[in-house]
Amino acid sequence: MATEKLSQIKREMVTIDGNEAAAYVAHKTNEVIAIYPITPSSNMGEWCDQWSSEGKKNIWGTVPTVVEMQSEGGASGAVHGALQAGSLTTTFTASQGLLLMIPNMYKIAGELTPTVFHVSARSLATQALSIFGDHSDVMAVRSTGFALLSSHSVQEVMDFALIAQAAALKSRIPFLHFFDGFRTSHEVMKIEQLTVEDIRAMIDDELVFAHRSRRLTSDAPVLRGTAQNPDTYFQSRETVNPFYDACPEIVQNEMDKFAKVVGRQYHLFDYFGAPDAERVIVLMCSGSEAVHETVENLLEKGEKVGVLKVRLFRPFSVKHFLDALPKSIKSIATLDRTKEPGAAGEPLYQDVITAFGEALANGTMPTASFPKIIGGRYGLSSKEFTPAMVKAVFDEMKKSQPKNHFTVGINDDVSHSSLEIDSAFTTEKSDVVRAMFYGLGADGTVGANKNSIKIIGEDTPNYAQGYFVYDSKKSGTTTVSHLRFGPRPIRSSYLIKKANFVACHQWVFLEKFDMLEDIIEGGTFLLNSQFSANAVWSKLPRVVQEKIIRKKLQFYVIDGYSVAAKTGMGGRVNTIMQTCFFAISGVLPKDEAIAAIKRSIKKTYGKKGEDIVKMNFDAVDQTLENLFKVNVPSAVESAIELPPVVSEKAPEFVKNVTAKIIAGYGDELPVSMFPVDGTFPVGTARWEKRNIALEIPVWDEEICIQCGKCAMVCPHAAIRIKVYDKKSLEEAPATFKHTSYRGKEYEGMAYTIQTAPEDCTGCSLCFEVCPVKNKKETRLKALNMKPQPPLRELERANWDFFLTIPEADRRTAKIDTIKGSQFLEPLFEFSGACSGCGETPYVKLATQLFGDRMVVANATGCSSIYGGNLPTTPWTKNAEGRGPAWSNSLFEDNAEFGLGFRLSIDKHTEFAGELLKKLSPQIGEELTKAILTADQSDEEKIYEQRARVKTLKEKLKEFASDESKHLLSLADYFVKKSVWIMGGDGWAYDIGYGGLDHVLASGRNVNVLVLDTEVYSNTGGQMSKATPRGAVAKFAAGGKPVAKKDLALMAMSYGSVYVARVAMGANDLHTLKAFLEAEAYDGPSLIIAYAHCIAHGINMEVGLDSQKAAVESAHWPLFRYNPELAKHSQNPFKLDSKAPKIKFEEYAYKEIRYKMLTKSAPEEAKRLLSLAQEDVNSKWHFYEQLAALKFDSSSNGNGK
Amino acid sequence: MDLSTTYLGFKLKNPIIPSASPMSRTVDSIRAMEDYGAGAVVLYSLFEEQIRHEAKELYHFLSYGAESYAEATSYFPTKEEYYLGPEEYLEHIQNVKRAVDIPVIASLNGSTVGGWTEYAKNIQEAGADALELNVYFIPTDINKSGSYVEQLYLEILQAVKAKVTIPVAMKLSPFFSSLVNMAKRLDDQGANALVLFNRFYQPDIDLETLEVEPSVVLSSSDAIRLPLRWIGILHKNIHADLAATSGIHTAHDVLKMMMVGANAAMMCSALLRFGPKRIGEVLNEMQKWMIDHEYESIEQMRGSMSHKSIADASAFERANYMKALNSFM
Repeated sequence: MATEKLSQIKREMVTIDGNEAAAYVAHKTNEVIAIYPITPSSNMGEWCDQWSSEGKKNIWGTVPTVVEMQSEGGASGAVHGALQAGSLTTTFTASQGLLLMIPNMYKIAGELTPTVFHVSARSLATQALSIFGDHSDVMAVRSTGFALLSSHSVQEVMDFALIAQAAALKSRIPFLHFFDGFRTSHEVMKIEQLTVEDIRAMIDDELVFAHRSRRLTSDAPVLRGTAQNPDTYFQSRETVNPFYDACPEIVQNEMDKFAKVVGRQYHLFDYFGAPDAERVIVLMCSGSEAVHETVENLLEKGEKVGVLKVRLFRPFSVKHFLDALPKSIKSIATLDRTKEPGAAGEPLYQDVITAFGEALANGTMPTASFPKIIGGRYGLSSKEFTPAMVKAVFDEMKKSQPKNHFTVGINDDVSHSSLEIDSAFTTEKSDVVRAMFYGLGADGTVGANKNSIKIIGEDTPNYAQGYFVYDSKKSGTTTVSHLRFGPRPIRSSYLIKKANFVACHQWVFLEKFDMLEDIIEGGTFLLNSQFSANAVWSKLPRVVQEKIIRKKLQFYVIDGYSVAAKTGMGGRVNTIMQTCFFAISGVLPKDEAIAAIKRSIKKTYGKKGEDIVKMNFDAVDQTLENLFKVNVPSAVESAIELPPVVSEKAPEFVKNVTAKIIAGYGDELPVSMFPVDGTFPVGTARWEKRNIALEIPVWDEEICIQCGKCAMVCPHAAIRIKVYDKKSLEEAPATFKHTSYRGKEYEGMAYTIQTAPEDCTGCSLCFEVCPVKNKKETRLKALNMKPQPPLRELERANWDFFLTIPEADRRTAKIDTIKGSQFLEPLFEFSGACSGCGETPYVKLATQLFGDRMVVANATGCSSIYGGNLPTTPWTKNAEGRGPAWSNSLFEDNAEFGLGFRLSIDKHTEFAGELLKKLSPQIGEELTKAILTADQSDEEKIYEQRARVKTLKEKLKEFASDESKHLLSLADYFVKKSVWIMGGDGWAYDIGYGGLDHVLASGRNVNVLVLDTEVYSNTGGQMSKATPRGAVAKFAAGGKPVAKKDLALMAMSYGSVYVARVAMGANDLHTLKAFLEAEAYDGPSLIIAYAHCIAHGINMEVGLDSQKAAVESAHWPLFRYNPELAKHSQNPFKLDSKAPKIKFEEYAYKEIRYKMLTKSAPEEAKRLLSLAQEDVNSKWHFYEQLAALKFDSSSNGNGK
Repeated sequence: MDLSTTYLGFKLKNPIIPSASPMSRTVDSIRAMEDYGAGAVVLYSLFEEQIRHEAKELYHFLSYGAESYAEATSYFPTKEEYYLGPEEYLEHIQNVKRAVDIPVIASLNGSTVGGWTEYAKNIQEAGADALELNVYFIPTDINKSGSYVEQLYLEILQAVKAKVTIPVAMKLSPFFSSLVNMAKRLDDQGANALVLFNRFYQPDIDLETLEVEPSVVLSSSDAIRLPLRWIGILHKNIHADLAATSGIHTAHDVLKMMMVGANAAMMCSALLRFGPKRIGEVLNEMQKWMIDHEYESIEQMRGSMSHKSIADASAFERANYMKALNSFM
């Protein structure tokens, strides 16, 4: 089709996010796609995998092959290979993932291989990891030889994905197409979707043939990847220069061609602003939209300002850059969304300075004199970048001595780099509807809002934008949706601060957030309230009443939960609240809006069954009947005050820093409040009282058999057990429950099971596991779930009292029993994990058993997030100040990182031993010998060793020699340390496997705990090599075709590694034994723990049943391999679970991850199910034989 | 010897029909039942709850935990289409129809008036010769009256009849205050046959675990007494055909049912216990008995011992109770 005609056709308007926009073009223009999940780019791979599994074709009519690799390093290798073999190939990544691709990127560029990598740019892990957006990752690859092309909005992502593809083919230079992680990758926008014809018009098949002709093929063999020497490498490296010289012009030509085809004209550098501007900001990506909007505003006020949007950052064309700037400029501010410590300036700043420097030297200056150029940093880790901040930069440029190397958006009270901001400055236009929705993760608010955007975007001429702010926790999470609708394209790449509609979907938020702070006068406030329009007012906190009156708000209520219950919607108030929004916001005429919602429901749920559609229709109709306007009184009458964020008893750091972050004011904390090296105190989670449980367990001490299982399985350490002297009860509150201990070891002592009411998430695993039934009413157990709100105050007092009771003496607790082990204090508590998490009980157990001498290396993933994400973290310490020291290095290197701990500890222990021997005459031989030969095999002996070390340290203080000082700093190592290396299956089976294998082979005493959820849980359920055959996961939409990797068997093959496969829900005692044996084994240990997960598609309260079924079906046989046994002529392998009792199907089809395949591909489901059963049979047969092997010392392989 | 009978408008070579059970899950076992002589077959039931439950389950879990955390805005790949209806069942009907010549009666099991009755139409389109409707309703609501329950049965039948042209049999429970009146109303509503009776699954209790255990207890011949009486009473009082089910294990059981007026005798427990070959054995025994007793056909004996045909009608009634008690004295 002629391009002229194409430019006139009406394209479909779609409301999608940046990731989908990039994936759309990538899938249409590639043949091979190699992927690996990493936030925030995972969705691009997921889309491509899904489209390929649905048979969607690229523009040449073939379905692209999508393959998931074991790491980004692997993905880039596969991309490199596929490109070399002639396919059009792409990948998607971000952050550390991009860093892992660097070696291949040099190769790909060095070999002039056209490809496009799509990157949703994200912060790099430095003092901390951050999943949010900035350009640190992209700037780290600017020397690879890749062209760097930036998109500034969702529309541009789609457009530039195509322009990059076309330019790469033409120039032979590989492109990295990037856009802001989250702000653009996850922003939902109404955009014009390119057609297949558009894409065909932009991609020249001759260039595809040319690429293919350079492939490695035995039909025309060549050799690539030689080794070169001092005589040749340099010259060879310079051969590519003409390609880089030509590249900018090629990109511009493709942009011009695109303009002809589609109608949108872009330039390498796009200038917007006054033709006679004096002050110009230069920047890339979504921030340029906020600057654009601010410039529009300032132009109206007559200011001479402009913005230069950098699109092609590499190769940087000085000529195009200078040509794009108005000649009138006097001052330039470059804004970099990255930090390069120690550099003369950030990358864009340096390029701009260089460009002007060269122009000055060459006599090609576009301006009369060298402009004032300053550079600044903004927006790291998705820090807000607002028009007020842009205004601050423009204001700074007016000054005669403006700050250089400034920061904007933070308060830097240490280096004083930050600019002052007038937060009242806004550019929001009155004809744009700005709505904010506070929802609970589980209530479907975000989904409903995405749906509303689609309705408005696709059913009306309005432009629409949606951006969603999520919680840092995974349970009881709050989501805040920011929606804008307006008559013009929306450039507001920042959160709403002047809302004209605020909806609160959960009553509890009234006490947590000041959500009316951001609403304008006369705005509309919608509250999901269990109280009626007549009764609600008196229940509101004072601050809420005040703002409703002062801001003259229109106040509406609906009892969403009652409507949801009546219409079968359960806890999901999404459709209901969405209907309210349309009914009262006036975005659309009400009837039209309701009709649109129903159409959308039909479209969304039609394929999921008539009942679902009907249920949602009912909800819409019922909503309209139950939505009421509240008559707002003229005076504030409430005495309800907001509770303090944290207790007065909290440590200073928690009060001054943590509490502010919890309350949502983290942005206001100045630089000086933060640790300089990312080191944070432990034990902060206990101060954040989240109160997210609807119901909490209540103990029935009369019928409790004191087995301890409830505390063992509690994922949040919110149910604790103490056995104690009855004297402690003297100060007990009247409602504090206790009974006599049953059993001989603590005869006569008191016993209590206590719930932490404000920390419990209400998962009910404790109730499920409780083995006791009330003889009078069998539905009751020794723990019963009861509504939290009426119990909160009472149980808070009981919990506070409980904490004052002394912990059990570790020396007397029978830690090899469930009952005894649960007297040990957990040093991992109240994490942000999902309610009912299957991983955290294992982590907690390790801290109970070994926490006071534990060092933890934690692979990136769920466990590093619920373990280390601010504001509050669960790792804590005991009354003596001892507890696990924890750190997260990376995703891929965790085993090596943990081994490093061991090496350092061993070295220091060895050195301390050497010093002690030397100092023995002064210290005394007896103590020296006792310390060096101490048996530390149980708690009693460890206690004794601690006492010896204490004596040693006291003695050492008396000496002043260098050696004694060294020994003093190392003496604690005489008490044995327990090194734990933890992570998920994505780490252990895939990205970290090489390292893990090496560490297991090292023979060093490390304990590896693999929390096996059989998918990449943290990034949303992508397939790993731990995923079982037949299970559906992302990147395995058609069901995983091959069997799960047997990591345990691989580790056992060394003969020197302790290996256990455990499932707490199936056999808790077995789990406990395995932990104790693994830790006791003086060599590498590997525990692979079955962890049920929200990504399995189960109700989390039945997670333990799932574990049991996994074991009973022999999908997850329990066993232990202990090399110690081989030394005593015993078979080291013990198969600890019984022969399969149920079929694999009976286990699998309790979980949606398996069952959904029967609904999407029934035949394939049958085939895979039958193969999966065969896997189970043959594996069980193999293990049985292994367990039956006769063993004597002569066959002790390479065991220790 | 003529063992043929008519049921739901079909001429069957004999009255033995395997009733809805897991036996009919595979085409092979249905073919075996045909080979051993089954006159027709009722397929396993398509359950209303199953269809609804699976749709809701998928709806629930595909959004469970989604949009809560920035790194995991969902946990499963989204498919545009799911087979949430009765596709598998419909395909089974088609496969069975291709494999056997005997009439194939599909079975729908549900207890509410709702969207699921739509599936009756799909079942007809898939080629089923007839449909058995099993309203498995356990009235546990203390406020629901008997007439409510009766109305429910009638409405469901009406809804299904409105959607299909194939014959519809109604499988009933014995728990109606006036079974004969109920039977008549169903007959008036257009039921082509009544299947008497549904053996409700009865729960048991495990004394060790204190759990209610779902354990299926297979029937014995004793269970035929209940349908025997009511078929005897209903014979010739209604137009609809009558099929007996519950406890039919032997040739004697079948013959008794024919004599009280049944058009067909359905077997389940005996087949689960002994396999499809049991059909052949029963047929052989029937023939032998009929030869020994000089019967020429099933038609000849049908209804010969019904309420209307026997000398002492009170034998089916209350007076019989006194007699039975006396027999123990």
